[in-house]
Amino acid sequence: MAATQFFGERIKRNEDPRLLTGQALFTDDVNLPDMLHAAFYRSQYAHGRILSIDTSMAQEMAGVVAVYTAADLGDYWQPGPLLVPPPPVKDIVFNQRTQVPLAKDKVRFVGEPIVMVVAESRYIAEDATDLIFVDIEPLPAVVGLAAALEPDAALVHDELGNNISAHVVQRKGRYEAAKAQADHIINRTLEYDHGIAAAMENRGVVAQWDRRAQRLTMWDTTQAPVFVRNGMAALLGLSENQVRVIAPFIGGGFGPKIMMFYQEEVLVPWAAMKLDRPVKWIEDRSENFVATTHERSQTHTVEAAFSKDGRILGIHDVFLHDQGAYAPYGLTVALNSQCTLLGPYDIENYYSEFTAVFTNKTIVTPYRGAGRQHGVFVVERLLDIAARELGIDKAEIRRRNFIPPEKFPYNNEIIYQDFAPLKYDSGNYEPVLNKALNMIGYDDFYQTLQPQARAEGRQLGLGLVAYVEGTGIGPYEGARVQVTSSGRVSVATGIGTQGQGHFTSFAQIVADQVGVDVSEVDLVTGDTDQFHWGAGTFASRGAVVAGNAINEAARDVRQKILKLASDLLEVAEEDLELGNGEVRVKGVPDRAIPLGQLAQQANPMRGAVKPGTEPGLEATNYFGPEYGATASGVHAMIVEVDPDTMDVQILRYVVVHDCGEVINPLILDGQIQGGVAQGIGNAFYEQIIYNEQGQILTGSFMDYLLPTALDVPNVEIDHETTPSPLNPLGIKGAGEAGAIPTGPLFAQAVEDALNHQIEIREIPLSPSKLWELTQ
Amino acid sequence: MNISLSINTKTYERDVEPRLLLSDFLRHELGLTGTHVGCEQGVCGACTVLFDGEPVRSCLMFAVQANGHELTTVEGLAESQADLHPIQQAFWEAHGLQCGFCTPGFLMTLVPFVAAHPNPTEAEIREAISGNLCRCTGYQHIVQAVQIAAQKVHGGA
Repeated sequence: MAATQFFGERIKRNEDPRLLTGQALFTDDVNLPDMLHAAFYRSQYAHGRILSIDTSMAQEMAGVVAVYTAADLGDYWQPGPLLVPPPPVKDIVFNQRTQVPLAKDKVRFVGEPIVMVVAESRYIAEDATDLIFVDIEPLPAVVGLAAALEPDAALVHDELGNNISAHVVQRKGRYEAAKAQADHIINRTLEYDHGIAAAMENRGVVAQWDRRAQRLTMWDTTQAPVFVRNGMAALLGLSENQVRVIAPFIGGGFGPKIMMFYQEEVLVPWAAMKLDRPVKWIEDRSENFVATTHERSQTHTVEAAFSKDGRILGIHDVFLHDQGAYAPYGLTVALNSQCTLLGPYDIENYYSEFTAVFTNKTIVTPYRGAGRQHGVFVVERLLDIAARELGIDKAEIRRRNFIPPEKFPYNNEIIYQDFAPLKYDSGNYEPVLNKALNMIGYDDFYQTLQPQARAEGRQLGLGLVAYVEGTGIGPYEGARVQVTSSGRVSVATGIGTQGQGHFTSFAQIVADQVGVDVSEVDLVTGDTDQFHWGAGTFASRGAVVAGNAINEAARDVRQKILKLASDLLEVAEEDLELGNGEVRVKGVPDRAIPLGQLAQQANPMRGAVKPGTEPGLEATNYFGPEYGATASGVHAMIVEVDPDTMDVQILRYVVVHDCGEVINPLILDGQIQGGVAQGIGNAFYEQIIYNEQGQILTGSFMDYLLPTALDVPNVEIDHETTPSPLNPLGIKGAGEAGAIPTGPLFAQAVEDALNHQIEIREIPLSPSKLWELTQ
Repeated sequence: MNISLSINTKTYERDVEPRLLLSDFLRHELGLTGTHVGCEQGVCGACTVLFDGEPVRSCLMFAVQANGHELTTVEGLAESQADLHPIQQAFWEAHGLQCGFCTPGFLMTLVPFVAAHPNPTEAEIREAISGNLCRCTGYQHIVQAVQIAAQKVHGGA
């Protein structure tokens, strides 16, 4: 084994010096000679018929190089690909409608691009969009979900005859039988609205066509560079090796940057080839609010059957899901809601039906949590209501319903977003709950703190929720690991990076296998010329899937090192050890070969490489899990609600989390803290509000409030470790966990603080919303 | 318009359009791309630079307004990646950044704050960075980084 174990250590990040000094390359930092700049004329109507487009004045403007409408695109104009096909569920209805590069005939959401302008500068390009005149006959906007299904509703896609994007029913057991045996039935309508990712970096694309080499290079703020490369090659009629996609440093992803193809992503490379000059488009924040995908709301009409001792006998849930104007990402968000509703609980009977609805709003695709929030809100609210109505402690009712450790792997039978049955690989939920109760001081709060505060006229409340997160889904990732002749180790993998610390956590895995320091490992992510296989960074899968692929490749390199060194040193492989950048004979420190020197010997200038061996200390390998690994956690929070302003102050926030083996606890803490901050934003600050015309009323950071340092508390974190049996490293994903349970946590804590004067059935909340509810 | 200004102690003379934003001037005319642009509405703080020693939002100023002034950008904080400013070093140690896009704005906001506060309280730190948005970290490690930075700058005072 390596002399030092890096796996599991709190190691500061390899990538940080570049980022801290402003030297890391982001997409907008790419400046090429002779580069042109694009801007878009976007629809100001949510729904309307395009009667005419006049671009003549824009075309005549000095500095404008080209102006394109849908008519100018010819055969290149075609609806985008369906990224995720419908799941193999019986009797599914799925109406495929995907976005188009530029609106033709009809506009379907505010912000939909209609005209592309390419000019010598961004300033000129934007000026030119002001000289474009598009005559649109407005149509009634489809905004509300229930209203969209009314018989007289306007139609987002006329030829469909209705606004149904999909209809899915999934069942486990028989709800009706469970209901017949129930002691207590709860019926509610619950609304959960998840906001926008609002990554600090907006989207952007730079494309360069090299006419002599016949190669296209694209810098793209994407979470899925390999898919973008494959898709762009197909669209442009190029072979895949003629297209290089680079996802450089990306200023936050959180989901919307995995969507493809955005209209601009398709158009910028096309224009660069047509004009034979590099073209850049960088989204501005106002565009981001309308043109980058959202998540948004679901309305759940739910019934739950309980026994008198608080066991969930069955749940019957029917919900509406907002897809927006097109649905390129299929049903991932709604499926996650449907599946994650079951949570860490042993629920034998489940009926879940959803209708995904087309509306005249921005497209919905996954955003951190990706629909899991909605499901967790429903089941956690049901447990809170049942606890109150049945007179059971809220921690106890959760404990009674947990899947017991001996039932794993636990099969929920219904189909998950990866189209495999929703199966939990491993878990042990009660210790997580106990630790959280202990950390938050549950008993003391109810025995002392809350009564004391009430006596002083202060409103304190405690929230406590549990959740699971399906992570680390397939299909696969791959990696190439090479010991170079300098002794440093190069690693390339296909996934992109958006701040998760891959340059460090992956280096830790390699360092342990090969016996070098973490700082000696150089990683390249998201450059298809360096590694051209893979799926992308989403679904909390980077560490699980790419991490294990890197481990496999690094282990292969380790074998090559041992084999070659065994030949050269004339000792058995078992008598060798790796560490400090060399391979040496155990117990004989001066019989050692530095890895760089060994790499040179593995690639000789003369002599013959033995048949059946490969030159170099290099290996490529892949990893694909059988199904996703399920992480779990409990969040607990104490809040104080101001009786006059209804402002909510978070006094304590505790997270106990189980994501299996942890590569780097420092990075994991950061992921959880950041997720919690986004959860708090979702629960209490952020909301995309549309009016009845389909206009966004909260389309800037002045109106759409991201939490600041004054709004987010310190998060106290602890862990349990239940390794995943599905991968050799035993890890589970953790990227989304922090953000998932905060909505129901807020609801429960605020109700408790207000001494149950109100029952909260919606998220997000706000001081004014709470004020309205209490009146 | 001709302007002359000092950035990171180097003097630049350029002919610029009056409407050119200072942020665009720094990034695209001078290639100082460490200053990032997050909203162009003055809210997020990613584009913060020092203007005669005071933090300002370069997206809310025109380049011509910087004529005759002294600016510092993130590129001016450290000689090299191996020789970080104490605040950069503290951000590294405390894991005060994830994607790193907002980070230059935080650093530039904090340079004068840390200089003026040898022993800042958590509340003072949170107030000081409340005009900078970070979507990744939840701010907790940034607050810790500022505490470490204050110790480094003021010798543990």
